[in-house]
Amino acid sequence: MGAAVETVDRTAFVDWLQRIGDSALILGHRVSEWCGHSPALEEDIALANQALDLIGQCQLWLGLAAEVEGKGRTADQMAYLRDVAAFRNALLVERPNGDFGQTLMRQFLFDAWHIELLRALRSSLDPRVAEIAAKAEKEVAYHLERSAELVIRLGDGTAESHERMERALALLFPYTGELFMDDDVDRAVAAAGIGPLPSSLKPAWEQTVRAVLAEATLTWPGEVYQHKGGKKGVHSEYLGYILAEMQFLQRAYPGATW
Amino acid sequence: MNSTAKPDVDQVWRWLSEVPDPEIPVISLTDLGIVRDVEWQDDTLVVTVTPTYSGCPATTIINLDIETALRARGVEKLRLDRRLSPPWTTDWLTSEGREKLRAYGIAPPVDGTAADGRLLGRISRLAGGSNLVIACPRCNSTATEKISQFGSTPCKASYRCKDCLEPFDYFKCI
Repeated sequence: MGAAVETVDRTAFVDWLQRIGDSALILGHRVSEWCGHSPALEEDIALANQALDLIGQCQLWLGLAAEVEGKGRTADQMAYLRDVAAFRNALLVERPNGDFGQTLMRQFLFDAWHIELLRALRSSLDPRVAEIAAKAEKEVAYHLERSAELVIRLGDGTAESHERMERALALLFPYTGELFMDDDVDRAVAAAGIGPLPSSLKPAWEQTVRAVLAEATLTWPGEVYQHKGGKKGVHSEYLGYILAEMQFLQRAYPGATW
Repeated sequence: MNSTAKPDVDQVWRWLSEVPDPEIPVISLTDLGIVRDVEWQDDTLVVTVTPTYSGCPATTIINLDIETALRARGVEKLRLDRRLSPPWTTDWLTSEGREKLRAYGIAPPVDGTAADGRLLGRISRLAGGSNLVIACPRCNSTATEKISQFGSTPCKASYRCKDCLEPFDYFKCI
């Protein structure tokens, strides 16, 4: 194992890995809710593919979290057998899908952060973190291209689509601040050279988001109240419903496989 | 074959080159470039495989197909390892594999055109849609347009030919 692992607090490291893995998992699950309901077949396929990428990444992150934890849990057990308060995903990803524009806006705000995180993690001192990040970054680059392109098309589209995108932005922007707030877990991981401080990702994120919003003729919301809690396990009521659906099979038929 | 014999590594590679990709059966696993290593560790044959996409649902089928193919050839002690790094890239598709894709109706990847997530210099292009020139695998016309960034599998995008009017898959560069 890498030297970084020896020096970092194991609980903090596991927690931090769960933050990344859980955000991918919950967003993947949210996006998969569109399967069969999208406005066009191509969008349906695109959303399903993206959900698949995110869930695949989640498997890698939670697999590593389980390995670092060393208690014999698996990625599946982490995904299916933890309750709400044990989830560490950002609040942004548990927000409801709303209309197609709202789903796309959430995806864009997330992708623009996700790519910066993964890019920074490629130089992680923990080689296991670095290799997952290098793999995921290639996939997320496509997610970002797509979500940015659609935010521009819908924002700079009809009066109706523009208005919906403005509304989606106003609704979701207050959930982006949490992505850049540093806490003790982040500081422990950053001190060990495993990951960046979340706050360090903000300038690049802001530059991307501002540029895309400008092209989309949408207004940068500026300083607004920011919700927080997801990273510490304090969630909105939505997460419980997501888990109820996602975990039903494993809860009803423990250990079921196919 | 004598079950205690150890087929040499080149022979194993040849066998693997006959195992089709489960989703695009015209190309083999070695054409796709996902078999990274074949070696004997004592009396165990170790085949190292890298996933194309993290969530590719074909991954488990691919492992099963490799196992089935090698067991059918008499390999008894076999282990499949997963290697993530360096991450799979379409640059590893063999030129033979690219030709097979084209003949099958899937436009092969245009190297060096992967999304890189650096948006700032690309926004004007994004606003105008992709300017990537992808030739139609049916009629060779370059008058094609992107329908969607994602296609029938995670590794493909959907395009349409403006000349022969056929939709087709583009195996996107990653």
